[in-house]
Amino acid sequence: MAGTKEIQTLTVDASTKHLAKVRDFVAAHAEQIGLDPKDISEIRLAVDEAYTNIIKHAYKNNPNKKVNIEIGSDGEQLWISLMDEGSSFDPSTYNEPDLMQRIKEKKRGGMGVYLIRKLMDQVQYNRKGQTNEIRMVKNL
Amino acid sequence: MKNFSIATRQKQNVSILDIKGELDAHTASQLENALKSLIDEQNYAIVVNCSGLDYIASAGLGVFMAYIEDVRSLGGDIKLTNMNERVYNVFDLLGFPSLYDILEDEREALESFEN
Repeated sequence: MAGTKEIQTLTVDASTKHLAKVRDFVAAHAEQIGLDPKDISEIRLAVDEAYTNIIKHAYKNNPNKKVNIEIGSDGEQLWISLMDEGSSFDPSTYNEPDLMQRIKEKKRGGMGVYLIRKLMDQVQYNRKGQTNEIRMVKNL
Repeated sequence: MKNFSIATRQKQNVSILDIKGELDAHTASQLENALKSLIDEQNYAIVVNCSGLDYIASAGLGVFMAYIEDVRSLGGDIKLTNMNERVYNVFDLLGFPSLYDILEDEREALESFEN
């Protein structure tokens, strides 16, 4: 409803075994506020890619680290923030993936950031102190 | 919690992988192991039937990217079939349809291996 804000949070260990739980957490919120199945599946994928990148790149697969996830919405936007205290990601060094080139070089990563940008309306990276935040917004 | 499963079957000279559930950075290694085994056993004509696949993330697509060149250079291919619309959209966003054979159904893929 316009004017009211709904915010939910989840803290998980940085491990791919929690991916399904993280996807279901954001999907439940999106369903609650009445998003259509296409938007819900896009949000599930965007959060999956962002969380996977934190596990692999910010925390280098150390499952003892934590990731805080916040999802919120008002009448106009839905936003998802993921916060970690690992290595920060510099989006200015990022290029759009060339699939053919990656196949030839047998590189299989680097597609998550591109997907997130395609799936969401705004993506911001912030660093405050030791905390990195990726904030993804979908206009409703 | 297992939310992904994979089974292998053989039809004539073609190996078919039936994948079901959710393919993400956690479950991608199962697909990777199955593809590796097929290639190790010199099965290079491969169909991945995605009829039971509910979800895919880029880690899942990465597995297909890692093996396609090898399989093609050995005279085979990895063909993908029976995707639902949501799964197809992810392949499409990353430009897979121009580089991979993505077909409506398994029969089409089997026929294209015969030609």
